[in-house]
Amino acid sequence: MVSSVVKEEEEREGIRGLGHLAFIAALVAAAAVIFGIARLIGNSYAFFAAYVVVQYIVLGSAWNILGGYTGYVNFGITAFFAIGAYSTVVLYKLTPWLPLPAMIVVGGAMAALVGLGTGYLTLRLRGVFFSIATLALAVVVQTLITNWDFVGGARGAYVLRPKLAPLIGGDYVEYLFLVMLGLCVAVLATARAIERSALGYGFAAIRDDEAAAEASGVPTLRLKLVATALSGGFMGMAGAPLPYYVTYLDPASGFSLNYAVNAIAMPLIGGTASWVGPVIGGILVGGLQEYIRVTISSAVNVLVVGVLMVAFVILAPQGIVGLFQRKRR
Amino acid sequence: MSALLHVEGLGKRFGGFTALQYVGLEVQPGERLGLIGPNGSGKSTLVNCICGTLRNEQGSVRFAGAAVNGLTAHQRTRLGLARSFQLPRPFGSLTLVENLRIPILYAVNSRSGHSLSGPAILTRCLELLGQVGLADKAHRLPRDLTQIEMRKLELARAMAAEPKLLIADEAMAGLSHAEVDEILALLIRLNGQGVTVIMIEHIMRAVMAFSQRLAVLVAGRKIADGDPKDVVRDPEVVRAYLGE
Repeated sequence: MVSSVVKEEEEREGIRGLGHLAFIAALVAAAAVIFGIARLIGNSYAFFAAYVVVQYIVLGSAWNILGGYTGYVNFGITAFFAIGAYSTVVLYKLTPWLPLPAMIVVGGAMAALVGLGTGYLTLRLRGVFFSIATLALAVVVQTLITNWDFVGGARGAYVLRPKLAPLIGGDYVEYLFLVMLGLCVAVLATARAIERSALGYGFAAIRDDEAAAEASGVPTLRLKLVATALSGGFMGMAGAPLPYYVTYLDPASGFSLNYAVNAIAMPLIGGTASWVGPVIGGILVGGLQEYIRVTISSAVNVLVVGVLMVAFVILAPQGIVGLFQRKRR
Repeated sequence: MSALLHVEGLGKRFGGFTALQYVGLEVQPGERLGLIGPNGSGKSTLVNCICGTLRNEQGSVRFAGAAVNGLTAHQRTRLGLARSFQLPRPFGSLTLVENLRIPILYAVNSRSGHSLSGPAILTRCLELLGQVGLADKAHRLPRDLTQIEMRKLELARAMAAEPKLLIADEAMAGLSHAEVDEILALLIRLNGQGVTVIMIEHIMRAVMAFSQRLAVLVAGRKIADGDPKDVVRDPEVVRAYLGE
């Protein structure tokens, strides 16, 4: 019996090994189809709306690497997101010739470094205490940026968007959307790779019982630092194109509470245990918000997220993915 | 032959409360040591200090010839010092096989000359589950287990780290007569495979059947250490358990 189970599992592992390349290929194909459809619609609003949804998928997936996989709830999302955005503002002022993807890499690296640093200082705190520390981080970073004249301080900074998109032609927002799709492919491929690796098992062990994880040989502090750096880095990357998207960035919009609420709500609603959760949550909530913003009002969409979040916490704490998994078991 | 575990002058305080005071303990390779003591005598604190879950303020712990004082718990596990927890602490969101996968990925694979990959890890996990009689529940979650199965999982996870020394912290508390025998047989079998075992237990029948040597902790001090038959007749030990 044992041998048959082993064989079955071996086959599954084999499929997985091949599967990751196929998975990335499928993601790229899906991204290409989505981009193609957006181009067919040919309306620049479609790009603006789709950009926001994809940005939230990236942000939610990034949050989920720390919050979902290791169970450390980070409320300081805006700190990382805005570090990415403001590093683009700085680069725009210093080296405006730098292509956007390079700016994104820099923004991500800055946010990852901040993640590493704050992680080192705060990861000895557990549960709600860690969350409060990350909340404080958001306030500290916002205060610093508000008082930093070079990036516009409280007045904000203007970033002039080129008229035409490089490489692909057309409106610049099409390029922004394409870049964001690329980021989305990167974060989803990373998240799925983590889930299936030793790193993912280590994260899950930390989430379930940290002392038992240590006793099983898991270097918990190091793994948590990896998680905060990755999570922070991707959040920074999600924020890096923002100045070009909004063209005027001030602290109030860069540190908007909406980003924090959505980045947590989307994985919670979709399901935190796997990479699919933030995608489902992002499409559902992000799409709904965009719809409501256009049809009803831009204030109501915040209410909708709140109501959805409360409903899911009570009725389906494992999110939408959890609902399906429970049926299968 | 030098001792596998050498604890000397160990002291641990929690604020004003002295949990352990000048505790010394030596365990030889291959030995089966029983550790008893009334509730609150510091047994679990001693385990925590040996395994690195808690830091001792005084004294030293040497394992396999090396001082492990400054090492974290996971580093000690990697050196070959594994423990089971008094209250089972399984990884609740992982299946039984996945629970065992953690120490294999992080303890066994961290040692040089050892690296199991995908299918080999699974074979090893199933083999371990087979040893503790949980093979048919390999793909279930810990919440589906009964109390004794949970204890077995806890032991299997400690065994999965392939330790030189296993510390079983009250692995039998609350189990029935037959279940105690089952765990006892498991620990003795493990010892037969060359693993040194320290058993912390209240069930004297099991302690006497298991131990080659018995140490007694009372109020943070070791008051006896020696042949089990002599130790249980020691007047000080009798007084600690039964009063004057």
